[in-house]
Amino acid sequence: MKLTFVDWLIMLLYFVFVLGIGFALKRYMKTSKDFFQAGRALPAWICGLAFISANLGAQEVIGMGASGAKYGLETAHFYGIGAIPAMLFVGIFMMPFYYGSKARSVPEFLRMRFDEKTRALNACSFAVMTVFSSGISMYAMARLIQALHVFDGLFHALGWAPEGIFTFSIVLSAVIVLLYIFLGGLTSAIYNEVLQFFLIIAGFLPLVLLGLKNIGGWAGLRASVPVAYMHEWKGVMHSSTNPMGIEIIGIGMGLGFVLGSGYWCTDFLVIQTAMASKDMESARRVPLIAAIPKMFFPFLVILPGLLAIGLPTPRTTTTVRTENGVIYHDTTVVSKQVEQGRGLVPAKINPVTGQPMLTASGQPLLDYDMATPNMLLHFFPTGILGLGLTALLASFMSGMAGNVTAFNTVFTYDLYQSYIHKGGSDRHYLAVGRWATVGGILLSIATAYAAINFNNIMDTLQLVFSFVNAPLFATFLLGMFWKRATGHGAFAGLIAGTAAAMLHHGLTLPIDARPGVHGGWIAVLHHYPSDMAQNFWGAIFAFSTNFVVTVVVSLLTKPRAESELVGLVHSLTPKPPRAHLQWWRSPEALAVAILLVAIGLNIFFA
Amino acid sequence: MNLDLRIPLGLMFSLTGLILTVFGLKTNGNEALYAQSLGINANLWWGLVLLAFGLTMFLMGRRGQKLAAKEPPAPSVEGEVRRGH
Repeated sequence: MKLTFVDWLIMLLYFVFVLGIGFALKRYMKTSKDFFQAGRALPAWICGLAFISANLGAQEVIGMGASGAKYGLETAHFYGIGAIPAMLFVGIFMMPFYYGSKARSVPEFLRMRFDEKTRALNACSFAVMTVFSSGISMYAMARLIQALHVFDGLFHALGWAPEGIFTFSIVLSAVIVLLYIFLGGLTSAIYNEVLQFFLIIAGFLPLVLLGLKNIGGWAGLRASVPVAYMHEWKGVMHSSTNPMGIEIIGIGMGLGFVLGSGYWCTDFLVIQTAMASKDMESARRVPLIAAIPKMFFPFLVILPGLLAIGLPTPRTTTTVRTENGVIYHDTTVVSKQVEQGRGLVPAKINPVTGQPMLTASGQPLLDYDMATPNMLLHFFPTGILGLGLTALLASFMSGMAGNVTAFNTVFTYDLYQSYIHKGGSDRHYLAVGRWATVGGILLSIATAYAAINFNNIMDTLQLVFSFVNAPLFATFLLGMFWKRATGHGAFAGLIAGTAAAMLHHGLTLPIDARPGVHGGWIAVLHHYPSDMAQNFWGAIFAFSTNFVVTVVVSLLTKPRAESELVGLVHSLTPKPPRAHLQWWRSPEALAVAILLVAIGLNIFFA
Repeated sequence: MNLDLRIPLGLMFSLTGLILTVFGLKTNGNEALYAQSLGINANLWWGLVLLAFGLTMFLMGRRGQKLAAKEPPAPSVEGEVRRGH
C-alpha cells in the first residue's frame, strides 16, 4: 500500500482532536462522578451515538464484512433480530431501573436488587472480560496494521526494523487511549465514540457507493452472488437451506432473545453510556436513538463484504499490443493468494509451503477477514484512503476505550470501594480510577502479547466469555419483573447457567470440527450443522437453566421486604408522571416507530 | 458539561474535508490516480460533503453555546445529590 502525505495528515488530525478533547475535558473532572459517570449530564443524542459506537469496534466492522462475504445478507439478523428488539426493550422497560436506582454500575444494581455475592460474581467476571476484550482488540488492530502494511513506509523511511511494527501499533494505541481516558474519563470515551461513529460513516459510505457503482448497482450485485446471499429470511425454516446453517428457532430464541438481550440489556460496556445521560427521559431515549442508525448499519458494514465476494477475481493477464512494429507483452501478475480467492477475498496461504490452504472438500480456504480492508485498498485512491484507515483505527481505539472505562468504573466502585478500601474520600477514588485505567491498559497489552504466543487463546477466551454471558439476561429479567426473586436464587441461577453452557459445549460439536476448543471435549452426543447453531442453542440452554434454577431457589428462600425493592422491581415502582410530554414525543411512540421501520426493512430484504 | 461536542466534531470534519478538497483540486484530471475509484475524483467530491457536514455541525454548536450563555443556568434536577466534596 502506498500512503502519501495527505493520508498521514488526516490520520494525524484525528489523533490531535482525540487528545485535544481529552485535554479540554480535564478541567471538568472534579469528582469521581464526573470521571466515572460523565457527571450524569450528557444530552441523549450524544449518549445514543456512543451507545451504538461502543459496540462498533473494528472487530465488529471487520467481522460483519467477513460474515457478509461468508453468509450474505443473512448476516443482517445480527442487527434486525439480535440488536433492535433488545435495544428497544432496554430503553422502554429496563432503563427506569438502571437509571432510577442511582446505581453507578450494572454490578452495583445487582447488589441493590439481590445481594453482595451476586454483585461480586458479576463484577469480577466483568472486570476480567473487559481487560481481555480490550487486549484482543489491540492484538487484532496490530495484526491488521501489519497485514495492510500501514506503517511499513514510515518504518522504512526512519530505518527501523519492520519487526517492530506490532509493538509500535500496540504502544501507540495504548498511549493515546490511556491519555484521553486518564484526562477526561467516561466523557472523553463517549465523545470519541461519537467522533468514531461519524468517521465510520465518512469512511464506509463512499466505499459502498463506489462498490455498488462498479458492480452495476443493486441489480448487478444480485446477479453476481448466489441467490441465497441476497435474502435475509429465505430458507430459514430449516438449517440445511440457508448459508448460516441455522433454523428459525435458534435465531429467534438464541440470537434474538438470549444473546442479543444478554448483550444490549446487561453489558455495562453499552449501558454505561445510557447511564451518563442527563435525566430519566434522556436515559430511556438513548438506546432508542442508537437503534435508528443501527437499522441502517448493515448497508455500511455488511455490504462491503458482499460486494467483495461479488466483484470479479483478479487473474494474471497478458495483453499483447504492437507499437511502431514492436510487439509488447504486458503481463499483470497476481499472487496465488489473490488468484485462488473469490472476488476480492484472498485465499489463506499456508506459511510453510506457500500454497493456498484447502478445506476438506478441496476448495481454497478464504480469508474472509480481509474482505473489508481489501475493498478499502481496491477503491480508495490516496487521500480518501487515509480517511478510510482513520475510520478503522478510530473504531479499534474506541472499542478499547469503552472496555477500559467500564473496567475502571467496576474496579473502583464494585471491587476497590466495596472490598478493599471502604470509606475513602471522593478524591481518593478519583485517583484510584485514574490508576485503574493505567493498570487496565497494561493488562490489555499483556493479553495482546499472550495472544501472539498462544494461538488458541482468542478462541478459548471468547468461549469462556460466552459461558459467563449466556445466562445473564435471565437474572436481570427475573430481578426486574418478579419481586419474589431472591439473592440466593440469582447467585445459584448464574452459576448453574454457566455450568449448563459449559456442559452443552462439552457434549456437542459442529459437523465439520474436531473435538477440542470447538466443543465435544467430554463426549459428542449431538452434531450441529454449524458453529453458529451450536452457539445459539448453547445460549438457549444456559438461559433456561438459569431461569429455572433462579425461580426454584427463590421460592425456597426468604423473600426481601417489598419496601426495600421500590424502584428496583417493575410492579413495586410507581409510574413516573409524563403529562408534560405529548404522546408522540414519548419514548414509547419512538420505539413503536422504530419497530415498524425495522419490520419493513426485514420484509423488503426477505 | 461546558464543552459542546459539536464544536470539535465540526472542526475536525471541516479540516478533513478541506484537506481532501484541496488535494482533490490539485490532482483533478490525474487519470492514473483515480482509475481506482472508477474515474471519479473521490477526494474532491467527498471532501466537499465532509466540509459541508463539518461546517453545519460547527455552526450548530456555536449557536447552541450562544443560546446557553444567554439563558440563566438551569436549576439543578430535582432529587439530584452531588456526591463527593
